[in-house]
Amino acid sequence: MATEAARGTRGRRRAPQEPPPPKEPAGPGHDSPEPVSDRRAKSQGKWATWLILPSLILLACVIVYPVISAIALSLQKDQGLDPATGMFVAGGFAGLGNYIGWLLQQCPSIGGGTVDCAPGTLGSQFWSATYNTFFFTVITVAIETVMGFWMAMIMARTFRGRGLVRAAVLVPWAIPTAVTAKLWFFIFAYEGIANSLFNANILWTGSEGPARTAVIIADVWKTTPFMALLILAGLQLIPNDVYEAAKMDGASTWQRFTQITLPLVKPALMVAILFRVLDALRMFDLPYILTGGANGTTTLSILVVDQIRQGFNAAAALSTITFIIIFIVAFIFVRFLGANVVQNTNIVETKESK
Amino acid sequence: MSAVPVTATQGVDDGAPRAAARLRQRWSSTRTYINAGVIVLWCLLPFYWMVLTAFRDVGYTFDTSFWPTHVTLDNFATAFSTDLGNHFGRSLFNSFFIGICTTAIGLLFGVFAAYALARLNFRFKFIVLGFILGASMFPGVAIVTPLFQLFTNIGWMGSYQALIIPDISFVLPLTVYTLTAFFREMPWELEEAARIDGCTQGQAFRKVIMPLAAPAVFTTAILAFISAWNEFLIASQLSSDATAPVTVAIASFAGAQPHQEPYTAVMAAGTIVTVPLVIMVLVFQRKIVAGLTAGGVK
Repeated sequence: MATEAARGTRGRRRAPQEPPPPKEPAGPGHDSPEPVSDRRAKSQGKWATWLILPSLILLACVIVYPVISAIALSLQKDQGLDPATGMFVAGGFAGLGNYIGWLLQQCPSIGGGTVDCAPGTLGSQFWSATYNTFFFTVITVAIETVMGFWMAMIMARTFRGRGLVRAAVLVPWAIPTAVTAKLWFFIFAYEGIANSLFNANILWTGSEGPARTAVIIADVWKTTPFMALLILAGLQLIPNDVYEAAKMDGASTWQRFTQITLPLVKPALMVAILFRVLDALRMFDLPYILTGGANGTTTLSILVVDQIRQGFNAAAALSTITFIIIFIVAFIFVRFLGANVVQNTNIVETKESK
Repeated sequence: MSAVPVTATQGVDDGAPRAAARLRQRWSSTRTYINAGVIVLWCLLPFYWMVLTAFRDVGYTFDTSFWPTHVTLDNFATAFSTDLGNHFGRSLFNSFFIGICTTAIGLLFGVFAAYALARLNFRFKFIVLGFILGASMFPGVAIVTPLFQLFTNIGWMGSYQALIIPDISFVLPLTVYTLTAFFREMPWELEEAARIDGCTQGQAFRKVIMPLAAPAVFTTAILAFISAWNEFLIASQLSSDATAPVTVAIASFAGAQPHQEPYTAVMAAGTIVTVPLVIMVLVFQRKIVAGLTAGGVK
């Protein structure tokens, strides 16, 4: 709310009589027919270009260039031993062969064609890795949303020791994921505290169900705080009067939650969910360290990393597929589910204040 | 929140409903405390368990006591020992070095871009912002393959620059959007006021804008440093023993016996890596929460 007020005054300040920024070479002899505001916009644009360009160039070097070279790599065959002749062959153009290989789980065969990849090889794991990735994403984000909402609702209340709760919530967030994975690896050890506490004898990393559960619990512990803080920021934007008015009108606690809290916090919630979904889709550290990707915990990121040392080109194709999947999910969120990141963040001026 | 409308009970005679209301209020506040307690325990107990184990004698690794027993500092000595081929001390330095370089580059470039995005009007602003937000959610795994090949070809494999350059891909977007959010909230009219009061452009910047912007830049620096410090995927592929950061060192910590995890030493190493972060986070709690949510939601 304070933001709106600030924006308002800033908007007013930008009235045409504002003196031009110092960098503009405008002077008494500058007889341009354009209106002052246009001229200023133009000079601001020039100035802005020089301020932003270095960052954009740097990002182009570290993101755009690697992505393009990944696509270029993915269109080449991996070099290696020809299974037919046993001779070393140097790659060559593969077209979409690498992509088709992953999607249909086909590996090069001795006859020169392709066969179904043998079970256990990386090539046979594309769809299971995709399934695992989405499984983890859906389950962890769902749990984190519910728990994050609960934590945020509690932290939004006024009580003594609220600062302590907010500080405690930041602890899992601050711990590196690699350390989190080792910590839960210890907790879920066979003789570890998880089994002792519940008097169980579960080999947590030994089979699919427990291994996935361990990854999910560790991920929820680590990332719920982030969700809670984003939701809390959304909750704090709801003015208290709205609740008071609803209470006067006799709305029950549940009605106030579903009729006021949920709709009003929805924009913030959608952005938080989008952030978490995109983060979960690239999940790597936790399963890689906690379970080594065994027993149904290999995600797409783990598959890419395992493939790198067996052949860049196939790995590049797989990383491009992963990138496209994440891009599509982000697109669906922004386009159809109303997670309008750019407009919900306060880093963009709203139209009215321009 | 769930306060009962006390106004409904009027008069002197109805003491019973008022007592009931007070009881309900007390129950509601008790519920808040129970919930808050559960949240605190859930967040802190695993962390406490790590610190506790770090100080526990290796022979009692799986002791289930929740209080410090068999307290020793041996695990820390083991963590730093290089006898078993671990380079934990070295990796601490590496993490600091990589984190500070990445943060410095991110801030240097980010401050200017954020100033322009927050203060100036220009075409394509939405596109630039969209690109930067998109870049911040970019999957690291998509750049690790080509960089692996590139760095192998030019002989940068395992060098510091091979670790700093990829980190910029997520630290720079983070600094740009966090700083943009902070800069939008700053009272820039004070700059003009200072100029009217006779400050030069330089003085206005030094005496008014810098002190105002410093907390924002500082908070952003903390967030950037933490994200670089916590990075694992890229470092696990592109680092060597000499340049591995702590996350990689801890993940591949070797024990005295093969196939036997040196739990207590790993927990000691984890404690060393985490406790400074936790202290920093607790000290700058308000600022960090503001920074985390500034880029996200408002």
